[in-house]
Amino acid sequence: MSTITQDSPAAHDDHHDDHHHGAPKGIMRWILTTNHKDIGTLYLWFSFIMFLTGGAMAMVIRAELFQPGLQLVEPNFFNQMTTVHGLVMVFGAVMPAFTGLANWLIPMMIGAPDMALPRMNNWSFWILPFAFAILLSSLFMEGGGPNFGWTFYAPLSTTYSPDSTALFVFSVHIMGISSIMGAINVVVTIVNMRAPGMTWMKLPLFVWTWLITAFLLIAVMPVLAGTVTMVLTDKYFGTSFFDAAGGGDPVMFQHIFWFFGHPEVYIMILPSFGIISAIVPAFSRKRLFGYSSMVYATASIAILSFLVWAHHMFTTGMPVFAELFFMYCTMLIAVPTGVKVFNWVATMWRGSISFETPMLFAIAFIILFTIGGFSGLMLAITPVDFQYHDTYFVVAHFHYVLVTGAIFSIMAAAYHWLPKWTGNMYDERLGKIHFWCSTISVNVLFFPMHFLGLAGMPRRIPDYAIQFADVNQIVSIGGFAFGLSQLIFLAVVLKCIKGGEKASAKPWDGAEGLEWTIPSPAPYHSFSTPPEVK
Amino acid sequence: MGAHQADSNRKLIGWLVAGAIGMFGFGFALVPLYDVLCEQLGINGKTQSTAAVYKPLTVDTSRTVTVEFMSHIQTDMPWQFVPEVKRMEVHPGELVRTNFNAKNLSLAQTLGQAIPSVSPGQGAAYFHKTECFCFNQQLLEANADAQLPLIFYVDPDLPESISTLTLSYTLYNITDRGYVGAIEQGAAK
Repeated sequence: MSTITQDSPAAHDDHHDDHHHGAPKGIMRWILTTNHKDIGTLYLWFSFIMFLTGGAMAMVIRAELFQPGLQLVEPNFFNQMTTVHGLVMVFGAVMPAFTGLANWLIPMMIGAPDMALPRMNNWSFWILPFAFAILLSSLFMEGGGPNFGWTFYAPLSTTYSPDSTALFVFSVHIMGISSIMGAINVVVTIVNMRAPGMTWMKLPLFVWTWLITAFLLIAVMPVLAGTVTMVLTDKYFGTSFFDAAGGGDPVMFQHIFWFFGHPEVYIMILPSFGIISAIVPAFSRKRLFGYSSMVYATASIAILSFLVWAHHMFTTGMPVFAELFFMYCTMLIAVPTGVKVFNWVATMWRGSISFETPMLFAIAFIILFTIGGFSGLMLAITPVDFQYHDTYFVVAHFHYVLVTGAIFSIMAAAYHWLPKWTGNMYDERLGKIHFWCSTISVNVLFFPMHFLGLAGMPRRIPDYAIQFADVNQIVSIGGFAFGLSQLIFLAVVLKCIKGGEKASAKPWDGAEGLEWTIPSPAPYHSFSTPPEVK
Repeated sequence: MGAHQADSNRKLIGWLVAGAIGMFGFGFALVPLYDVLCEQLGINGKTQSTAAVYKPLTVDTSRTVTVEFMSHIQTDMPWQFVPEVKRMEVHPGELVRTNFNAKNLSLAQTLGQAIPSVSPGQGAAYFHKTECFCFNQQLLEANADAQLPLIFYVDPDLPESISTLTLSYTLYNITDRGYVGAIEQGAAK
């Protein structure tokens, strides 16, 4: 990319800005927008709405499980709640939140005026509400919505699934297309639009982790699309991909699904690593320890993620050598992940740490995500997995890595960059209240689940043995408290948008990066002239 | 955006879209790949679906292998389906015949397909069927019964570590999707 071609469009953009100083007005601004900041905002609000929607379903689940026996909902509806809760949280809350952050931050972090493909960017957001409208509407249809778990194992999703399964399939197709378009946009932006002097090893880690995530998305979302297509044709068009009677194999479903599924869980955590790697140095007032090892660790985790899928399937009757292979590969992932955790700790070591809300969430992330990582190591041990498989221990594990991992990092990011987005400081006192309410309640919610699982309580069941009653009550109370705590977050964000103490260009004195060199709130068009990175 | 950059954007988008389409195809390629890998490595207990030819082998009388038979019926299959013998001792290389008894308990003609599986999976490659009802679809009239034959031998190369082979059949109801040709074939038996 030559400097000359960079200069001429910038000059053009400046001229353009003379006529349109800010954003266009009205609803059409949001529908037609190709501005990365607008689209980032749309993604973030959409993901928050989905977070509350999926959270409401979790409240139904926890209310039913408050007592043994069947109180509130029918088992079939309970199954729909667990299924759609999972789908909405994975594809509607966590992934769009990361895409929203990518839209807002990547161009500002690499000194680009916008994303590389702004029109496609508009599309990749605006098809998402339709995908979730289709998915959620299936809940109201005769026979109900998807009830086979978010993993939609065949034959549950083929032979025994409700008539609305086609809607589930099409909504997943649309979500997949949206993710792939978003990922292509991220890759092209990072590869082609870095400011002069922004070499690969100067990229902020959030950009690095998102670049690797984008490649993972391009590699595995199409496999998910293929899997749901096979489910569709098996159910409606008489094929037998997963039907033993016709020569297929239901266990093959699990292999194909988890070939997508395992990289998918890293898609939901790698951008978190980038966020934490930005926040910890900012509030420790030190440079990040081991930058290049962070980059290599992220890449190693991404590569290893393709070699561990069958650890979800230890109990399907695999040969011993395969069980050992997947066990060792899985444990190997602890090495690069450990590198990251130690790097964050080393960054804080002897730093001048202050505990504003983003840092509190980041520290909670490091501790609680590591707990989720350790329970993951326990699950990776093949012989003990036979006991833990499909129990609440697994539920505890993946909620520690997804809620106190991915979601906490998203919250941390929101607090960290809210001053840049809105131009106002958020209410620090309310933010801290939100943090402490969330952190205490989330542990009351998920920590006892480990013990329920070890004691043998199976997941995805609306009723349970009386011996589990007390612990389930505690868990449900934690669940309700965590759900309510998120309304504080909504209040903080709304209050911050409406006003508050004006934020300077760089409200966190330890923060580094190009996004802090532009004023707060970030102008509608930023870096029309690329900055020079030394 | 300069022409140079638009050009390099287009090239990169082309590669990424091709990658995504390629991975969609790869998802489907996993299906035959799975079958080939399972067969080559002999890991998922699938036995061959066509008749093996019995070459007169030397029967290894110094060794006996326990062969167990199991049957499962899918919930929507209105048949009784049980092995005549649940367990037998055979010498490797010896040609053995046994039967499964099937009875249609419903008032309608029903088409069934039995799917075999051998456990431990690594033993599947050493279990040879020269004749099996599972090679064809089976048709039973209302209330009719049939003796379904199975002729097999255990390969003398069966690893010493395996002393018991369990052959399990799951019977599926395929009345709604059986082919006419297949029905005739099944009825002829």
